[in-house]
Amino acid sequence: MTLASLPLTLVALQVVTGIALGAIYVLVGIGLSLIFGLMNIVNFAHGAFFMAGAYVGVFLYGYTGNFWVSLVVAPVAIGLLGLAVERVLIRPLYGRGPDDPLLLTFGLAYVVVESVRILFGLTGLPFSAPPPLRGAVDIGIGYFPLYRLFLIGFVGLVVLGLWLLIERTRFGLIIRAGARDPQIVQVLGIDIGRVWLAVFGLGCALAGLAGILAAPLQGVTPEMGVPVLAEAFVVTVVGGMGSLAGAVLAGLLVGIVVAMTSLIAPDLTKMAIFAVMALVLLVRPRGLLGRAGAFG
Amino acid sequence: MSGSAAGPARAVPSSEGSGAPGGRLARAGRHRVALSLAALALFPLVAPYEALAVNILVLGLYALGFNLLFGYAGLLSFGHAAFLGAGAYGCGIAIVQYGLHPLAAIGLGTGLAVAVAAAMGYLAIRTRGIYFAMTTLALSMCVYYAFYRAERLTGGENGLRGINVPALGLPGVSLPLLDPTVKYYVVLVFVGAAIWLFSRILASPFGAVLEAIRENEGRAEACGYDVRRVKLVAFVISGAFCGLAGALQAIHLSIVPIETMHYATSGEAVMMALLGGTRTFFGPFVGAATFLLLQDGLATLTSHWQLLVGAIFIAFVLFLPLGLWGEVLARLRRLDAAPGGAP
Repeated sequence: MTLASLPLTLVALQVVTGIALGAIYVLVGIGLSLIFGLMNIVNFAHGAFFMAGAYVGVFLYGYTGNFWVSLVVAPVAIGLLGLAVERVLIRPLYGRGPDDPLLLTFGLAYVVVESVRILFGLTGLPFSAPPPLRGAVDIGIGYFPLYRLFLIGFVGLVVLGLWLLIERTRFGLIIRAGARDPQIVQVLGIDIGRVWLAVFGLGCALAGLAGILAAPLQGVTPEMGVPVLAEAFVVTVVGGMGSLAGAVLAGLLVGIVVAMTSLIAPDLTKMAIFAVMALVLLVRPRGLLGRAGAFG
Repeated sequence: MSGSAAGPARAVPSSEGSGAPGGRLARAGRHRVALSLAALALFPLVAPYEALAVNILVLGLYALGFNLLFGYAGLLSFGHAAFLGAGAYGCGIAIVQYGLHPLAAIGLGTGLAVAVAAAMGYLAIRTRGIYFAMTTLALSMCVYYAFYRAERLTGGENGLRGINVPALGLPGVSLPLLDPTVKYYVVLVFVGAAIWLFSRILASPFGAVLEAIRENEGRAEACGYDVRRVKLVAFVISGAFCGLAGALQAIHLSIVPIETMHYATSGEAVMMALLGGTRTFFGPFVGAATFLLLQDGLATLTSHWQLLVGAIFIAFVLFLPLGLWGEVLARLRRLDAAPGGAP
């Protein structure tokens, strides 16, 4: 089956599906990229935090029945976890090579995943979109699941907020300066350690938010973070590390490629993501928007 | 292949026996292959049971191959499960589907791992530093899905079953692999040969260039070395060692589970190398023994042993970055140097 033989509306709908899927990748990718851009740390526990966020959100939803509460509490909880991790585990590693925090967060992922298994069991929890967001709406080219539309809009707002934070606030100015030269920032009388703490927490919170947002699409299992980690790496490599715009572009691109492949050749869906990365590495190893200045 | 890349390296002094130049430790270091083999030959005497001892041997070789990149070239890969898996599947498919002789199958498995490593390395070495870990992880997941999908050859989700090698037929003799002691020493012959080759590679000018790249990539490049090419060659050699480990594992376990290729298996190589000590020759074997004994012991206590393994690993990163064997060597070196013992 080729793309041309399919009805145009079906292709268009699948593109929108891809954007919804990409929205998750964008959030995960931005969190990873933010931490890397400022602190030069690759957070290997990012997938585990994503999973933990989904669990916190789904668990809370079981008690409150209110998805909005989950949407707020899950990222806050994972953000706090991130703060604690930075403070207790990662801070002693500053000054060592960039491999050490990476290895540490790799071990941490084991601890987080296994803790979730102990708390919530080995099998996953089923979860579907909350009632007000169920069903489908006509978007002009056909009916589209309401929850996925909500997902696109919500992530759009979050990205806008992040952009404003980084580009338009004093805190964002410090982040951008710190990414370029932490020592100078320190000399100017700013406690860069506190900025690192805050950014690590923010990055983890974004992972948690992505987790609870993804939960209605796939349900939650303790292992759901592993493919997400690999896919987030693809997004950051394709987009260019430390680039906010790159993460958005790459996230959407990967999402659309996945959606299109699942339409044409469902067997190859998983591999298509990595084919995109291989292609980018061959043609433009620094990523689509890499080196345009951190957070450019 | 490595000869031309390492050609100009003849002037670089070998880093053998760093520490006290004439110390006993440095002298012992010259016999690292013999000492390693002696330790591994005696290991079954203390191992809890032989199947575990063979596992430690095989995964030690896997960690050794990984450590060529991480410990010596400073490249942290999270994709080495692809090579272990390619070696295992290559060997297993050759035996199950084509009925080849185990020796030919081991050769084929290693060859497949080399091919996978060449393809992955070609892409991965385009990225530097920390990107490298992410790229290798992502590429190995791609290999994982490819083998998962190729169900007719690999058995897909169920793994490749029925790799039965009851005996290794050689001209004149037939070695019964069902006897666990015989199996251990047959595997040790392969692992021993690999250890010898590994030591030769490290002692060669090529090995010196690898360490130069680890210490300062820019300077190595400025000295005229084709850094990308050296990295690619190292990547492929590393993949070959891991592929051999995979082939031996397939024969040992008589099954190749799909998890062999999973990201978690790549992580195990990282853990084992770090637990043992990445800057040491024998560390990966110490690390493999530690990891597997830990896993074996903890699994009898709790099904959540991964929590403890993760916590122990975190503690190592924080407090014991040299690893167990690295720490032992560092202490011995201090003892060696302290009383002015060097003649």
